[in-house]
Amino acid sequence: MNITEVLFWILSVVAVFSALMVVISKNPVYSVLWLIITFFSISGHYILLNAQFLAIVNIIVYAGAIMVLFLFVIMLMNLSRDTEPQKSKWLKLAGAVAGGSLLLVLVAALRNTEKNMAEVGTGDIGLIKNLGRVLFNDYVVPFEISSILFLSAMVGAVVIGKRESPLSPGGGTKVEKTTARIESYSTQPISDE
Amino acid sequence: MPINYYIFLAISLFVIGIIGVLTRRNAIIIFMCIELMLNAVNLLLVAFSKMHHLANSATDKTAGSDGQLFVFFIMVVAAAEVSVGLAIIVMLYRNTHSVDVNFLNRLKH
Repeated sequence: MNITEVLFWILSVVAVFSALMVVISKNPVYSVLWLIITFFSISGHYILLNAQFLAIVNIIVYAGAIMVLFLFVIMLMNLSRDTEPQKSKWLKLAGAVAGGSLLLVLVAALRNTEKNMAEVGTGDIGLIKNLGRVLFNDYVVPFEISSILFLSAMVGAVVIGKRESPLSPGGGTKVEKTTARIESYSTQPISDE
Repeated sequence: MPINYYIFLAISLFVIGIIGVLTRRNAIIIFMCIELMLNAVNLLLVAFSKMHHLANSATDKTAGSDGQLFVFFIMVVAAAEVSVGLAIIVMLYRNTHSVDVNFLNRLKH
């Protein structure tokens, strides 16, 4: 057993365990922290596969940006263990059984595949030099389209997240609508079904 | 490493994500499980790209770099998705003071 295999098993165990803890943890903040550990171990797998660029991007984008966004939202909402909604025991069991069945089917279907090898520790296609050349030669149009996607996502996030002002265009009816909605929320008890 | 190990690792991460989506009611945790599933697929794509590179590197020196660029684009789309999705969750919380997805069944009225 050489060093790459040892590293592979360690990283795999860490990834699966922390992924399980994401689902199991009661406190959403702990879930985020476990998810960050999962992302770091997946980045370790990328480095093991010699995809250094993706490893760094994974850490910067996922662990750095997206998870911080999640943490900010969770802390903004002041969620804690007491307010955490729980499904009933039977629904949880049904979900676990359904997922376990899917795992069983996929593993059984892929058990006897060909023993192909993935290159570990060698090869230079994962370096920025090669990936950049392919990206800006063959994938220029998707790259530009993704910038438009980002722009639309930014506009969409701002529009959705903006607090509705009472004097927004649409006249005074908007105020009445808003107050009617607030009243409907206060009269309609929030029932936990 | 044999490609089977990577397949099974990615499957187990993906199934954990599915179980999380099915068993939790907190919208933020469901969202994090979706990110977990995306990462499982990314890991499998990278493993397959290295497998393809090992098999075809004699004829094509850059064989397999397409798979890694797909992973790059998946990360781009995931970042856009997270920004919009979290805005929707904040909106949900502002209206119902909860992130329970069961409140969303009120949308049908």
